[in-house]
Amino acid sequence: MLKGRAFKFGDNISTDLIVPGRLAGLRSNLPELAKHVLEDADPTFAARVKPGDFVVGGSNFGLGSSREHAPLVIKMAGVSAILAKSVARIFFRNAINQGVPVLICDTDQINEGDSLEVDLAGGIVRDLTSGKTLTFGKIPPVMLSILNEGGLLPYIKKYGDFKL
Amino acid sequence: MGKTLAEKILTLKSGTDARTGDIVISKVDLVFVQDTTGPLTVRQFMESGIKSPAQPGKTILFIDHAAPSPQSALSNDHAFLRQFAEKSGVKLSDAGEGVCHQIVAESYAKPGDVIVGADSHTVTAGGLGAFATGMGSSDVAIAMALGKTWFRVPDAVKVDIRGKFHRGVSSKDLILHLIGKIGADGATYQSLEFSGPAVAGMSMSERLVVSNMAVEAGAKVGLFPSDAVTRDYLAAMGRASDYQALAADPDAQYQKTIEIDLNALEPTVSRPHTVDNTATVTQLKGTRVHQVFIGTCTNGRVEDLALAASILKGKKRHPGTRLVVGPASKAVLLEAIQKGYLSTLIEAGAMILPPGCGACLGLHQGVLANGEVCLSTANRNFKGRMGNPESFIYLASVATAAVSALTGEITDPREVL
Ligand code: SF4
Repeated sequence: MLKGRAFKFGDNISTDLIVPGRLAGLRSNLPELAKHVLEDADPTFAARVKPGDFVVGGSNFGLGSSREHAPLVIKMAGVSAILAKSVARIFFRNAINQGVPVLICDTDQINEGDSLEVDLAGGIVRDLTSGKTLTFGKIPPVMLSILNEGGLLPYIKKYGDFKL
Repeated sequence: MGKTLAEKILTLKSGTDARTGDIVISKVDLVFVQDTTGPLTVRQFMESGIKSPAQPGKTILFIDHAAPSPQSALSNDHAFLRQFAEKSGVKLSDAGEGVCHQIVAESYAKPGDVIVGADSHTVTAGGLGAFATGMGSSDVAIAMALGKTWFRVPDAVKVDIRGKFHRGVSSKDLILHLIGKIGADGATYQSLEFSGPAVAGMSMSERLVVSNMAVEAGAKVGLFPSDAVTRDYLAAMGRASDYQALAADPDAQYQKTIEIDLNALEPTVSRPHTVDNTATVTQLKGTRVHQVFIGTCTNGRVEDLALAASILKGKKRHPGTRLVVGPASKAVLLEAIQKGYLSTLIEAGAMILPPGCGACLGLHQGVLANGEVCLSTANRNFKGRMGNPESFIYLASVATAAVSALTGEITDPREVL
């Protein structure tokens, strides 16, 4: 069971808003880069987020560049899962490859600061603040097995190849 | 039942009867990274425990995004990539050679290839009929290690293109219009497949513009058939033997068909801060522009510089508008020098950048001031993209960009051409 608070973001949160290109010089210094997580979307996020919290986006979360640094700095901030109405293709794979669950659900039902509880296996998000229960779409089996190993690298280290 | 282009290519490369929705493991013909995604990819490759790349001759490290380097941290990343290339035997395309996607089109991509790059605009090579897609560094590191990756065979959307471009209207307007119509997530997880009677008349340069921006509608790939235009382009690049004809079957199944009538197409501009926030140039006429940027993997080819030079010849840029021009590759730069386009542009007041990404991603070579507007021929106008979240980026064709450099405000190229 994952537990934390909701940090709400709007539609079309691009990878430039998550980790801007102008900070490319920090990409080989991940702890420094991570201090800027989501800076251009909400400059106060990095200081407020606590381990276990959730990033809650709107539609097309993570569009844009293929930089895996985007889900990586979100993971480094201690975020336990990303919830969104829909998510861009490359970001979706990248987040799973980093071992960060991405849950597709109706995030309009969630308010900023709500306490959430996520039951990954059961496919359920409980909003403890509003009392609402949301269901999220199934993660495709191949991605689920990668997620279960904690990401693509641990998966390949274990199996040595893709096992479909 | 017939197959879409995506199904055909993935059938060939996976050795299975690949159908929409299937998960397949596909052979990868080319793997590449660039200098802002490459260091992480290489570290992940090293961590994977797999000792050497599956196909070093088909693995390329490009130094193009911050080339030449504007800061020591990036110089160290470049040095790291160079060392890895030397140790592992993979190819290096160093600073000054140009943008990865342009070089992949010029020298590597073949119709029917599967190409993965650690850069979202890897889709560009779809113009040559290659199933080319951007991925993150974990996926690319593993593709580099194993020579294969997994894909969900995408649903295909057929874009049926008819009619003729009016003067002053180009394939950039076509793709901006399409993205405005279907939205920035209008083709997420899907393959955009371009066909219809107008396609045969579109040059490779025009096709590459369209495929390049397929990802801005969320698409996994943006595919053109491989035909006489592809054959002639490959021959001109000295790669005639890389050609094979490739087209979707006439009875292929599409998730939907979108029709585009070029006769009705107007010069189109994307307003800040999303690519699908489009308007016609007429609606934006008079918007003050502080910088015009002509270049990038979208519109930094010889045809683009030729068009800009023809518009700017014998004229001067507006004194309040900086004009930054970035040739996409060394080959483009050389040809533009030989044909005199560069002197024309410089005389008109342009600054010429070295081949590479230039001002596109906000690292250097044209960062905007607070409140400034850039009219750019690139593919992305996200907030902060060009280095300053307090600035504004409009995307347009080369024709619109060049005429606007003369007037200092967004201007309809049809008034001049
Ligand atoms: S030119 Fe711009 S869009 Fe193209 S690869 Fe470089 S940074 Fe990316």
